[in-house]
Amino acid sequence: MHIPDGFVNGTINLAGFGASAICCSYSIRKINRTMDERHIPLLGVTSAFIFAAQMINFPIAGGTSGHFLGALMAAILMGPWASCLIMSLVLTIQCLGFADGGITALGTNIFNMGIIGGVFSYYIFIFLKAILPKNRGGFLTSSAIASWFSVVASSAFCAIELGLSGTAPLKIILPAMLGVHTVIGIGEAIVTTAVLSSVLAARSDLIISMKQVQGKQWKEV
Amino acid sequence: MERGLGMERGFRLFIFISLAIAIILAVFISPFASNSPDGLEKVAEDRGFLNMAKSVWRYSPFSDYSITGIENNYISTGLSGIIGIVIVFIITLILAKKIIAK
Repeated sequence: MHIPDGFVNGTINLAGFGASAICCSYSIRKINRTMDERHIPLLGVTSAFIFAAQMINFPIAGGTSGHFLGALMAAILMGPWASCLIMSLVLTIQCLGFADGGITALGTNIFNMGIIGGVFSYYIFIFLKAILPKNRGGFLTSSAIASWFSVVASSAFCAIELGLSGTAPLKIILPAMLGVHTVIGIGEAIVTTAVLSSVLAARSDLIISMKQVQGKQWKEV
Repeated sequence: MERGLGMERGFRLFIFISLAIAIILAVFISPFASNSPDGLEKVAEDRGFLNMAKSVWRYSPFSDYSITGIENNYISTGLSGIIGIVIVFIITLILAKKIIAK
């Protein structure tokens, strides 16, 4: 759901850039305090994976396709603030290098996919994880539901921005966007679950948000 | 706190395998991805505002994940995928190094 130039008006795009700038600068401070150089290759590989996976559009019904977003997956693996930066970087490179998403809408796209899809949805994940059983099943169920939610919530914000810009009436665009992304979100949940269960099996110690599940003191990232 | 995150062999292997999976996805799988419009594009098409899309930035070297001059779509997409991965990986490493440096 990369918004191109011309869909969203200047005021909203400006607000999008503002919100993204604030979130990114906060993320930089957080990462500087909480991460060390051993995290560098993990950050690199996470953003490379997200870039690659976003290239793969899978068909859904009605001549429409969707692709993996990865913001929530990154938040679970690396923490919400690292996810915000990773998404900002991937979206910027996609916009400048691959004409995917408009340059004027870059801040808005970072807001929808990085902040709503990554940071906000991460706290939905944390909430679900707190109420579900503290085991592998509970962890994967929380991540599946939250990753589905991340796509649906991003699309809702996208629709609201289109509505506020006067591009299309909100009462038409909101249900249309939610309808399509309810289905695309299922793909997101499948990919997120597949990736997280593989990492759980291979190197669960690398999953930053896992520390809570194991009931150990965890370093807040 | 011990996080078991050292530069030991297992960790390097983990990074290497993850990167290899990303490269396989971008180079060998993405050329076979669906060409249908994505969720937002489809809604824009159905609601009649797709024509409002403009492109302000015209200097993207790999527009729509392809390389001008390469006629074979599979090779064009696959190559732009590997170039993208290398760029994303290296820029993330450089930025992360700068941010994390105390």
